Amino acid sequence: MSIWQTVLTYLIVFAVGGALCLGAELLIVKTKLTPARILVIFLLFGVLLETVGVYKYIFQIAQAGISVPIVGFGASLARGAIEGVKDYGILGAFAGGLMRTAFGVGAAVAASYLVTLIFSPKSK
Amino acid sequence: MTQSSENTRKRNERYDKYVKAVTPQSSVWRSLWRAFFVGGLTCILAQGFADLYRWVFPSWTADMVGNLTSVTVISLAILLTGLGIFDKIAKVGGAGSFLPITGFANAMASASMEFKSEGLIFGTSAKMFSVVGPVIVNGVVWSTVAGLIHFVIGFFM
Repeated sequence: MSIWQTVLTYLIVFAVGGALCLGAELLIVKTKLTPARILVIFLLFGVLLETVGVYKYIFQIAQAGISVPIVGFGASLARGAIEGVKDYGILGAFAGGLMRTAFGVGAAVAASYLVTLIFSPKSK
Repeated sequence: MTQSSENTRKRNERYDKYVKAVTPQSSVWRSLWRAFFVGGLTCILAQGFADLYRWVFPSWTADMVGNLTSVTVISLAILLTGLGIFDKIAKVGGAGSFLPITGFANAMASASMEFKSEGLIFGTSAKMFSVVGPVIVNGVVWSTVAGLIHFVIGFFM
């Protein structure tokens, strides 16, 4: 892979990831939606992209630009459920999403607990 | 009667004009640009880790590289939350800091730390998902629906 290809990839990652966050910020500024609602909206957008099968094509181009925003988490959940159905039948639909995202969620739970034990919140 | 309602309407119009005039427009553009910049940089950081891991572990599958990348940026965000640095980034980044997976991790860690005073069981453990709970619940429910749709499609294909 040439250096220019790498630079181009990183520019696309920056642009796509940035644009998604800009969209979310626009919703914050222009509507009364709370961050939690916006997160769920972008998550469901990711689930939808994966369900109809277009996520993998976007990911090939945008890479971390689409997978790091919460859209990627939704797509990963849906991918897991869809693969779960292939591997385990209908029960796989319930387990697949959690299985595929367990690395990140498990690490987040353990690390949050550990950090809470070590640090105390700063009083504001 | 009509006179007074006409006055009220005029006053409201004047007030709306006044609100529009004093609401800073530039701050909207600045917050949009900052969200774009912080969000984009977060994605670049993750892409950097992914490329590094692909290079260090050439035999790993794309899924495992992705998993290690997620674990790395999530742990980093939680560590920065503990050190109180993430709050400073979040103040600048707005949506750029809560939309990426690092914001998800930060929401868990800060909720967990905030309720430490109520104990590790009823505080930390119970409140850890108080912010990200809706994301997990909706994610699991709708991904299950996605799986079931593909299960049904599988019958006809």
